[in-house]
Amino acid sequence: MFKTLLKSVREYKLSSILCPIFMVGEAVMEIIIPFLMTFIVHELENLADPAIGSVNSGNIVLYSVLMIVCGVFAMVCGIYGGKLGAKASCGFAHNLREDMYNNLQTYSFANIDNYSTASLITRITTDVTNVQMAYQMCIRMLVRAPVLFISAIIMTVMIEPFMALVFGGAAITLGIVIGICMFKVVPYFRTMFKKYDGLNAVVQEDLTGIRVVKSYVREDREISKMKHAAGELYTYSVKAERILTVLLPMTTLVMFVVNICILTIGSNMYVGNISGNVSPSQIQTLIQYSAQILSGIMTVAMCLNYITLSKGSMDRICEVLNEKTTLPKPTAPVSVVADGSIDFSDVDFCYTQKSELMVLKDINLHIASGETVGIIGSTGSGKSSLVSLIPRLYDVAQGSVKVGGVDVRDYELDVLRDKVAMVLQKNVLFSGTITENLRWGDENATEEDIRLAAKQACADEFIENLPGGYEYDLGQGGVNVSGGQKQRLCIARALLKKPKIIIFDDSTSAVDTKTDSKIRAALKAYAPDMTKIIIAQRIASVQDADKIVVLDEGRIDAIGTHEELLKSNAIYSEIYMSQVKGGEENE
Amino acid sequence: MSNAGIQPRSALKGGKRAKTPMKTLGRVIKYAFSNNKAATAFVFVFVLLASVANVTAASRVSYIIKELIANGANADLNGVVYPNIIFMGCTYLIGSLSSFSYNLIMMYIANGTLLKLREDMFTKMQYLPVKYFDSHTHGDIMSFYTNDVDTMRQLLSQTIPQIISSVITLVAIFVFMLLYSVTLLLVILLILTCSTFMIKFIGGMSAKEYVKHQRALGNLNGYVEEMTEGQKVIKVFCHEQKAREDFKVVNDELNRAGYKANTYAFIMGPVINNIGYLQYVLVAFVGIMIIAVGHSEMGLLSVYTSVWNAGDANRVAVMAGMLVSFLMYSRQFNMPVMQVSQQFSAIVMALAGAERIFEMTDTPSEDKGGNITLTHGECPEGGWAWKKPGADGSFEYIPLKGDIRFNDVTFGYTEDKVILKNISLYAKPGQKIAFVGATGAGKTTITNLINRFYDIQSGEITYDGINIRDIAKPDLRRSLGIVLQDTHLFTGTVMDNIRYGRLDATDEECINAAKLANADSFIRHLPEGYRTIIKGDGSNLSQGQNQLLAIARAMVSECPVLILDEATSSIDTRTEKLIEEGMDKLMEGRTVFVIAHRLSTVRNSKAIMVLDHGVIIERGNHEQLIAQRGNYYQLYTGAFELE
Repeated sequence: MFKTLLKSVREYKLSSILCPIFMVGEAVMEIIIPFLMTFIVHELENLADPAIGSVNSGNIVLYSVLMIVCGVFAMVCGIYGGKLGAKASCGFAHNLREDMYNNLQTYSFANIDNYSTASLITRITTDVTNVQMAYQMCIRMLVRAPVLFISAIIMTVMIEPFMALVFGGAAITLGIVIGICMFKVVPYFRTMFKKYDGLNAVVQEDLTGIRVVKSYVREDREISKMKHAAGELYTYSVKAERILTVLLPMTTLVMFVVNICILTIGSNMYVGNISGNVSPSQIQTLIQYSAQILSGIMTVAMCLNYITLSKGSMDRICEVLNEKTTLPKPTAPVSVVADGSIDFSDVDFCYTQKSELMVLKDINLHIASGETVGIIGSTGSGKSSLVSLIPRLYDVAQGSVKVGGVDVRDYELDVLRDKVAMVLQKNVLFSGTITENLRWGDENATEEDIRLAAKQACADEFIENLPGGYEYDLGQGGVNVSGGQKQRLCIARALLKKPKIIIFDDSTSAVDTKTDSKIRAALKAYAPDMTKIIIAQRIASVQDADKIVVLDEGRIDAIGTHEELLKSNAIYSEIYMSQVKGGEENE
Repeated sequence: MSNAGIQPRSALKGGKRAKTPMKTLGRVIKYAFSNNKAATAFVFVFVLLASVANVTAASRVSYIIKELIANGANADLNGVVYPNIIFMGCTYLIGSLSSFSYNLIMMYIANGTLLKLREDMFTKMQYLPVKYFDSHTHGDIMSFYTNDVDTMRQLLSQTIPQIISSVITLVAIFVFMLLYSVTLLLVILLILTCSTFMIKFIGGMSAKEYVKHQRALGNLNGYVEEMTEGQKVIKVFCHEQKAREDFKVVNDELNRAGYKANTYAFIMGPVINNIGYLQYVLVAFVGIMIIAVGHSEMGLLSVYTSVWNAGDANRVAVMAGMLVSFLMYSRQFNMPVMQVSQQFSAIVMALAGAERIFEMTDTPSEDKGGNITLTHGECPEGGWAWKKPGADGSFEYIPLKGDIRFNDVTFGYTEDKVILKNISLYAKPGQKIAFVGATGAGKTTITNLINRFYDIQSGEITYDGINIRDIAKPDLRRSLGIVLQDTHLFTGTVMDNIRYGRLDATDEECINAAKLANADSFIRHLPEGYRTIIKGDGSNLSQGQNQLLAIARAMVSECPVLILDEATSSIDTRTEKLIEEGMDKLMEGRTVFVIAHRLSTVRNSKAIMVLDHGVIIERGNHEQLIAQRGNYYQLYTGAFELE
């Protein structure tokens, strides 16, 4: 797991290595400076000693200067360590996001279906932030703290070995205390995070359903549901934090005990009651070390804790990074689509490999280049699945799909999809102007191209009536236009690709019948050679097609023209009757 | 490459500093502590105890060192050192216990406050007018609950106790140092001024950069949100490369902003620390010089009379010991300064978050409506009735029938843009009224007015002859059943979701409703039938299945008036045909408003209103409108576009 993640460090490797080095430099200075202080205080000892009674001012100047030099060195190390740490951790996070996003772009539809949009967003944002924090702590603290600890011990041994034992004992005690706390607290934290997600889910759901809540006057119910979720979060955060509350005073307590030991033993050594050699100035230094050593241990504990807690985030990121596209690349990709003919032969299809249930079964269908084909059938009959095989959004389970006489799996994917335009059922526009959105179809489209496409999609009139016309800003997700207008823009966007095949997956459902037929007429006039496949709920949208495919429960029930099907096909005529019944009687 | 596609969502998603920080801080403090006055007092006492104990204990260390230095190997262990160590041990113990206590109490206060805050926010949110939700994105409202509450957690559980304790510690050390030497204290103050300046500068920069960072993060979130939502579109347009490039722009920007913000935060420590060393050297230097150079000027160093009482030779020793103590204090002095400096950006961010939260909770709730309520079984004729209180305390009962009238209603979401113009219509009890027209013609708006999601600007809407403004809002809404185009289901079992319509409905009633809505068969095919848990907004069901459940939900409620807003838009016409019978049963004896762009759905209505740009341009039943050969006829035959 770490290996996968660390691959993203890349150009920040140098910073990631230099940062701990600088931090170690700072740590060493932090240990040396108290040592220098000892010398300064030692001069004071001399001053106090009646036998000497004076100070060596040269020494004082020397040590002071040394101390300032070391201080400045520590500061420079600290600043550079900080800068490099910031650079490395932000850069690492940046690369992680980039790698995740880039890999996401290679995902097939099947890959995308594995993740909910919300979870992908969390992974790219919150989870990366968590890992960034953990990484930052590692490079800034995790190396520095042990160095601090070890050099303090070394200095202590130099001053008086016996005192090092005191430190060692304290460190072990503290390590055990922290270990126990962490062991107990981590499971609580895990549960707490779950409860936190649960609370957010309740709030989110209430937000999206607020009209239903208000309509049914269920505010109180929502409130009690939320209070329950918030209460649970409270319970577990209190449980977790209660343990941590013990930690800090415990640490200081251990430090205090160490101080008392140092003072008692130290003063006895100084006076000569027990063997050993420390001066008051050294006692003072040792007391400073005790604070540094214990804070070093605390820091290590904090880092480890953070890494443990962010393990979930790491797992989720790795999943995104390791996901491989389900569409294997052909060995010798074909890069030209000859024409817009389509052939389904013995196609079976299902969304997941394990699934027994075939969404499509025994599909055989030939569509000649330039034909207009309607597909009709009830919800869940497999209409969308059928057409999604043409631009190879999914791969078939059995059989083959050919476009222009070549199996879709043998094409360069971009080439295939450039020639097979698809207007999705759940379609999306992006924030930006209308022109920018339409240019998705063709980046180099001229203004005339854009206007023509808009005209073909019957979008030109309403666009021109918008303030700013083609430069009108659509807002996030295209919220600033109505459903029918959105669909027409999506059609125009697809037309700009000048594809050989265009597929409308129920993409005129919000467009009124008149406009719908106008669009079809325009297509016929402007692009007679384009193969057009139309999925629709309305019979009216498909009745002029060269042929109509009736799907039922994943199988082709019948193929024929409107008139033929009306006579011979039960499903088709049933659908027809449900829509048109009564209308004609009145004419 | 243009990145105009990336909209800054900063203004809404954080990235702003608090406008009135002090006022907001005051409010946060009041909010957190006013309900926990006793606990707050304890926290104060314990913080005070802990800080003073720690400083006192440290003073004993200095005292012992001083004794050792001043008296050398003749130091008085039993008389001075041991008593001091014991005293120190006691104060340490008190300090630790106090610090444990205040941390524990503060933990409860912080968590309790967050609990209360979340509950208050949510409760408040339930009663906000629909307009609020229409004018704020869900993402923005959600971030109040996540990001903003999180910054408050940081503020309450760490920043505030940290600052209180640091300030008290500073004051305590200050007092101790004052007792030792005024001159040296001046040196310290000089340095303190210097570090305050540095903290202000670096902290200010850091806060500023954090705000920018927050904005960049918001931009990236917004971009990822929008593009991931449209990931499949990216695929069909082979737009992957472009998406990568655009992402790189926002991602690089975030990297830059993060680098700057973090750098400032990380260099604060080393700088303040180093100022601390400088201070140490300066104090030592000045102190030693005074002692060494001029014995007579020692008055500058100490006001302790003991110094003057000691003999000349001893005086130097005492002074030296004192200086050592003072140096130890000066080291301690640096710690709280450092701690406060680290909290700088936390405060800035928390206050901005708090301000956004308060902005929401300060939004006025929707009004409760009039005082006419809905009763069941109270009125002499039995059944449901409106209860109208008279001026003299008596009550008048009006039977609930479901008669809805619009008299000359004009409405616009904003004052200057009229959506509906002079609409008048009536629906007698049991009638089915349909609205047809293009998107944006104002169909949905009409339904938003009946249940008072929005209030009309002029004219009047009556329900059984009562102006709906005089009816208590909850009762008004309870009398209206609604099925919306965007069905919203809630996490819970299928059964729970159907029962949402009427909480006291029995299992049989719910299953019956599901059968009528033609939902029974697919429900039985779910892994656990009616006990299947539906996850977040019914995402594991198809849109059509969601709508069937929503219809079943409406069937369970026994409202005399039903509003069906594109309720069957995702159900294919064949299935719609199948549930027609159920729908007929649902509508039986009820006043129904139907909105649909599928004309087959509205054909059998009592009256059909053709809306265009907020005006009813035609009305009548299907036969009449067809015979009229007007817009409806053209629409019906596909020859005319309403727009």
